[in-house]
Amino acid sequence: MTTIVKQGLRHYLESFKRFENGAGGPDWVRSVRRAAIERMAELGFPTASDEDWRFTNLTSLAGKKFDLEAGGTEPAVLQLGGLAFPGDEAVRLVFVNGRFAPGLSKLGKLDKGVIVASLARALSELREVVEAHLSRYLDYESDFFSALNTAFMEDGAFVYVPRGVVVELPIHLLFVATATAEPAMSHPRNLIVVEDVAQAAVIEDYVALGDQEYFSNVATELVAGESSVVDHYLIERESARAYSVGTLRVQQARSSNVASHTLLFGGALVRNNVHPVLAGEGAECLVNGLFMPARGQHMDNFMRVEHASPHCASRQFYTGILDGNGRGAFSGRIIVHKDAQKTDAKQTNRNLLLSNDAQMDSKPQLEIYADDVKCTHGATIGQLDEDAIFYLRARGIPREVATALLLYGFAAENLERMRLQSVRRYLEGIVLERLPHGSILRELS
Amino acid sequence: MLEIKNLHASVEGKEILKGVNLKVGAGEVHSIMGPNGSGKSTLASVLAGRDGYEVTAGQVLYKGKDLLEMEPEERACEGVFMAFQYPVEIPGVGSVQFLTAALNAIRKHRGKEEYDALEALTLFREKLKILHMSDDLLGRSVNEGFSGGEKKKNEIFQMAVLEPSLAVLDETDSGLDIDALKVVADGVNALRGPKRAMLVITHYQRLLNYIVPDYVHVLVDGRIVKTGDKELALHLEEHGYTWAGERALADAAGSKA
Ligand SMILES: Nc1ncnc2c1ncn2[C@@H]1O[C@H](COP(=O)(O)OP(=O)(O)OP(=O)(O)O)[C@@H](O)[C@H]1O
Ligand SMILES: [Mg+2]
Repeated sequence: MTTIVKQGLRHYLESFKRFENGAGGPDWVRSVRRAAIERMAELGFPTASDEDWRFTNLTSLAGKKFDLEAGGTEPAVLQLGGLAFPGDEAVRLVFVNGRFAPGLSKLGKLDKGVIVASLARALSELREVVEAHLSRYLDYESDFFSALNTAFMEDGAFVYVPRGVVVELPIHLLFVATATAEPAMSHPRNLIVVEDVAQAAVIEDYVALGDQEYFSNVATELVAGESSVVDHYLIERESARAYSVGTLRVQQARSSNVASHTLLFGGALVRNNVHPVLAGEGAECLVNGLFMPARGQHMDNFMRVEHASPHCASRQFYTGILDGNGRGAFSGRIIVHKDAQKTDAKQTNRNLLLSNDAQMDSKPQLEIYADDVKCTHGATIGQLDEDAIFYLRARGIPREVATALLLYGFAAENLERMRLQSVRRYLEGIVLERLPHGSILRELS
Repeated sequence: MLEIKNLHASVEGKEILKGVNLKVGAGEVHSIMGPNGSGKSTLASVLAGRDGYEVTAGQVLYKGKDLLEMEPEERACEGVFMAFQYPVEIPGVGSVQFLTAALNAIRKHRGKEEYDALEALTLFREKLKILHMSDDLLGRSVNEGFSGGEKKKNEIFQMAVLEPSLAVLDETDSGLDIDALKVVADGVNALRGPKRAMLVITHYQRLLNYIVPDYVHVLVDGRIVKTGDKELALHLEEHGYTWAGERALADAAGSKA
């Protein structure tokens, strides 16, 4: 390990010492945190020789010191206006630099025992259900960033939907990064528990006000009970200088149906981990993602879909649109355990390079220990279809509009997989904003 | 309407069109026939403005303007329509969205008010009905997963919506069953009028039973070797293109003598 990286680790250990004394929570949480920080120090920063980190170099992140208590100003409600989700939402929790901001949140009345609260509050008031799930699934033993998040877990969102309850409107979790005196770090920890035959949709929305440098290391554990239906949306719009690591760990019981939708727009260095475990028979998951790195952005998607029970189905659809010198990576690992017979797993990664300087790495990886399974994977990396552009132009459509139509068409497949129309519309708007010439299309429709 | 003068064009350095001369007046329907590889699609591509076709000599005037100077979208806006031999599949781009964009681009260019979504959709439905076509295609991506026949009919549908002044149809009849062929022919005939002109490229005389051309031209090896009326198409079907080529040589020899 180089000196810089060692110093980086030491900084986290020192931050932890200061953090630990002031941090709340029951004893078991304190001991998990301690175990996690120790594990983090043992693991050390992943390097390029680590197979799971082949496509992403962490040297620049490892060498930086981020301040856990950087504070930062709370934005005015007005500033959040533009970031508000325009469709109806059941509730909105707002976090500023990782800390729950009750004054900015919209806590509507939730019926039938549904709880949406900050994790900090849940840790002190809702111990039982939190203890049953928190940190039971996320793998901090072998993953550095999960260990780091777990060591600093204190605040974030807690969502609980009891058995049989259907929450009609999406639950919006808005994480805002604001300017701080020193580059800040935050380790939001979310726990989403949807019990048997319950249904909910959760939007995790990460945005920045300003272009400051910071480190956001999020981890979410999503627990889907038997026959539950859960839609999870993650929208990443961090600042252009942000380091953003996100890990979604999904635990699925029998016949549950989970859809994970991820949209990556912002950040300088982004790592997106999605790790569903189909633990109960007949569970289904959709792992849907759209990432759009442009100039100066690096986005690494690391999928790990685990089939641990028979008759489960998984679908991965990841789409990259890369511009400028943007870099992208997709690793799609499918692990089929010995008993997971009749597994039906499919993986597709499509990529469009809009510039000669853009670069994409795509790697499927199948680990199959059962013998009666259906697994398919496919990856494409290509450029805009000039024949299609000409076809559109030959009908009178100007080149810029033709380009925008094709780009949007490329992304549309992923958007169409989203069940909630209000969320889909919202995201369509964001995608159009990001696409070259997308604004023209907006006017057209 | 259209005047092609001594047009030479090459693809990847290879000369394909070797001096094409053709004059199409308003209200006329011209048919171009010719063997495989004779340059029919190349001519159509040059007229539509596709990249990769280098015009080395000659001129094309459309309504008195230099067509070759215009961008492809400009040509379309000026009223040139190309029914492609191989229409492109465009996944993810909805047919309605596409055709509305095209229609409004053209209307805007002509200083007409743009259609809103409902007006456009109403127009599309109307045109499909006239053409006896199903409106299934409106719910699909442009040409995606269409059969060969569906793609060709879709070209005719687009033509009916965009109402061009000059339509170039590149083998729109190839591979069609007789019902689809009638749809195509009806579409073309519906558009015929004193202010419009058509250039119908085909291999088979069959289509010309339904779309009766005013002139038939035979294109062989990048040149128009023979021009006649619809009877010429019948002769060609019977005697083949070699006949036309030989006749042309004989005629040329005769005129020299
Ligand atoms: N894009 C291209 N690249 C290379 N050669 C081409 C290209 N397009 C056409 N050609 C060549 O130009 C010649 C004429 O082709 P063209 O497609 O114009 O013929 P056509 O008369 O339309 O034939 P068909 O009846 O088969 O459609 C052929 O020799 C063909 O191989
Ligand atoms: Mg051809």
